[in-house]
Amino acid sequence: MSAEQTDELALVDRSRAGDASAFSELVERYERKIYRLAKHITQNDEDAEDVLQESFMKAYTHLDSFQGDSKFYTWLVRIAVNEALMKLRKRKTDRTVSLDEPQDTGEDLVAREIAVWDDDPEKKYSREELADILNKAVESLKPSFRTVFVLRDIEELSTEDTAETLGISVPAVKSRLLRARLQLRERLTRYFRRKGDDVFAYM
Amino acid sequence: MLTCKDFLNELSEFLDESLDPAIRAELHKHVEECPNCWVILDTTQRTIKVYKGLEPQTIPPDIHSRLMTALQKKMAAAPKSSSSSQ
Repeated sequence: MSAEQTDELALVDRSRAGDASAFSELVERYERKIYRLAKHITQNDEDAEDVLQESFMKAYTHLDSFQGDSKFYTWLVRIAVNEALMKLRKRKTDRTVSLDEPQDTGEDLVAREIAVWDDDPEKKYSREELADILNKAVESLKPSFRTVFVLRDIEELSTEDTAETLGISVPAVKSRLLRARLQLRERLTRYFRRKGDDVFAYM
Repeated sequence: MLTCKDFLNELSEFLDESLDPAIRAELHKHVEECPNCWVILDTTQRTIKVYKGLEPQTIPPDIHSRLMTALQKKMAAAPKSSSSSQ
């Protein structure tokens, strides 16, 4: 167990024993990530704030059920994802929010834009511009792909934890992650490609 | 013989290094010989990297303070304070 995890468990133990400052420290440590996650999933400022509050409220209420066999953050993310998905379902009841769509067949796997990127494309943009490009690209994904991508590649949960958190199978996580990554790659290519390179059709 | 389509299908797992070594070696071979797949591999890898390196932005101060107020209220109303050990 890493020093960070030991320290985190100590904060959880102190929170359980009634130390409000320990719980506040956990909040301060993770609020930015939980808020980002909530925004990515709900794509709505008001919903994201609700999710942020409700997630920490629930975490506090259920602190005793946290087993300590997973990381506290993974446990917290699970709570936040559930809250965020509930918001998303409430707001949009159309089929685009279904997280249980049929297994993809692979027929839709295409790479349309093939262009070499600049050596350091991130340097062409300010931090704010870059964050904006990256966030907009994520927003363009459909919810079932977006959620998997956010958990796997932004929050860096394992494939298994992602599957468990979303209540979907491991193959479904893998299939959606592949599609999400390829779609983002295409979007980012528009910004990051080396100037002068031709974009040509592929497959 | 692997096709580009096969390569694309395995790309994610190739990047996550969760593949059987024999399949991995075949994919390596393909990507060395196929410039298009090489570009896709490189740019997908960099796509993942750029997201992983993205630090979460600071949350707006009013959102932070509303969160803390709500939590403080909650903690005061339902203290954990050693109710089990008293």
